[in-house]
Amino acid sequence: MNPRRKKRLFTVIAVIFGIGAAVGLTLYALQENINLFYTPSELVEGKGELKEIPQIGQKLRIGGMVVPGSVVRDETSLDVSFKLIDTGPMVTIRYKGILPDLFREGQGIVAQGTLVESNVVEAFEVLAKHDEEYMPSEVAEAVKGIKHEKPKYNLNSEN
Amino acid sequence: MWKWLHPYAKAERAYQLCNTLLPYFAVIAIVGLIVGWVWGLAYAPADYQQKDSYRIIFIHVPSAIWSMGAYSSMAIAAIVALVWQIRNAELAVIAIAPIGAAMTAIALITGAAWGKPMWGAWWVWDARLTSELILLFLYFGVLSLYHAFEDKKSGGRAACILAIVGVVNLPIIHFSVEWWNTLHQGSTITKFDTSAIDPSMLWPLLINIVAFAGVLGVVTLIRLKNEILRSEQHRPWVRELVNRG
Repeated sequence: MNPRRKKRLFTVIAVIFGIGAAVGLTLYALQENINLFYTPSELVEGKGELKEIPQIGQKLRIGGMVVPGSVVRDETSLDVSFKLIDTGPMVTIRYKGILPDLFREGQGIVAQGTLVESNVVEAFEVLAKHDEEYMPSEVAEAVKGIKHEKPKYNLNSEN
Repeated sequence: MWKWLHPYAKAERAYQLCNTLLPYFAVIAIVGLIVGWVWGLAYAPADYQQKDSYRIIFIHVPSAIWSMGAYSSMAIAAIVALVWQIRNAELAVIAIAPIGAAMTAIALITGAAWGKPMWGAWWVWDARLTSELILLFLYFGVLSLYHAFEDKKSGGRAACILAIVGVVNLPIIHFSVEWWNTLHQGSTITKFDTSAIDPSMLWPLLINIVAFAGVLGVVTLIRLKNEILRSEQHRPWVRELVNRG
């Protein structure tokens, strides 16, 4: 390779690495802010190294798994409440509106709303998070024991 | 070392190579799309949760993969164009950019159409969606930089530099679903340890991915042929070609 080409090649490689490092550092610094949501344990126990706990009245997103059996619907309105869990404590979500197709007990969801108590979120938007698994219903039944039905809601019964 | 490659730096040989490769890519694209779409959209079983809505995967995933694949090929061509100063490589950058942008747009639009019924939202500013949108803007940037200069030489150089710089976005797109909490689900196909997708759905998906590569190849080759002819329009071999046809 002649020296001029070599020099240009090194310049190009240096530029890629330089920009890569700059972007990498930026993303590392912003890491906590790029996460779309809090998990229930982060909400209750604090997030990051500083263990910052969000304040009451703060607008936030929370993502976790809907606890089976925790969905309570009001009989006369669209009010619904359910609990979210990841590995630790549970957080209660209150929501008024129509839930997305994939909303089920045991399904991951992301809710956006206001923190009204330390572990209660009043949501104005509920999004279903889908996992990366795809299979026909017969296979799902065989592998996971999931017989696919819409969940039965507990009407007005506190649990 | 690279003696066998050198002849293709000449425009005429590169043009002939395009002509030779074109039918192969065309066959892959046409056969692949017919088989992949009929199999995927009509015969593959419905998903246990999403029912028929999941079938968008047969368009969304191939286009998303090749939006990044096209970008890497464009960046490689840009490096060759800058370091070895080969004009054909610069033309290849410009040939790939629009089809790459189209793939990105298809991925974004199909994703939004699926997101509304499944997630409950057309668009969410999570890391995966945002970085894919930035990829679309990078393609637009490369194209508009190239056309912004009167002098095609400096335009080509500027476009190449942007194409190379934008490469840092590719690992961000790919790993965004692992590095951060996102609404977008994780990778299905590259997860080899467990079977994340049933074989009855995986095969049509793989066929579609190959077919989309064929489409990408066909459009790129046709565009590259045009770009070569345009930049060489006063050369004798092009005149001869025109007079013959």
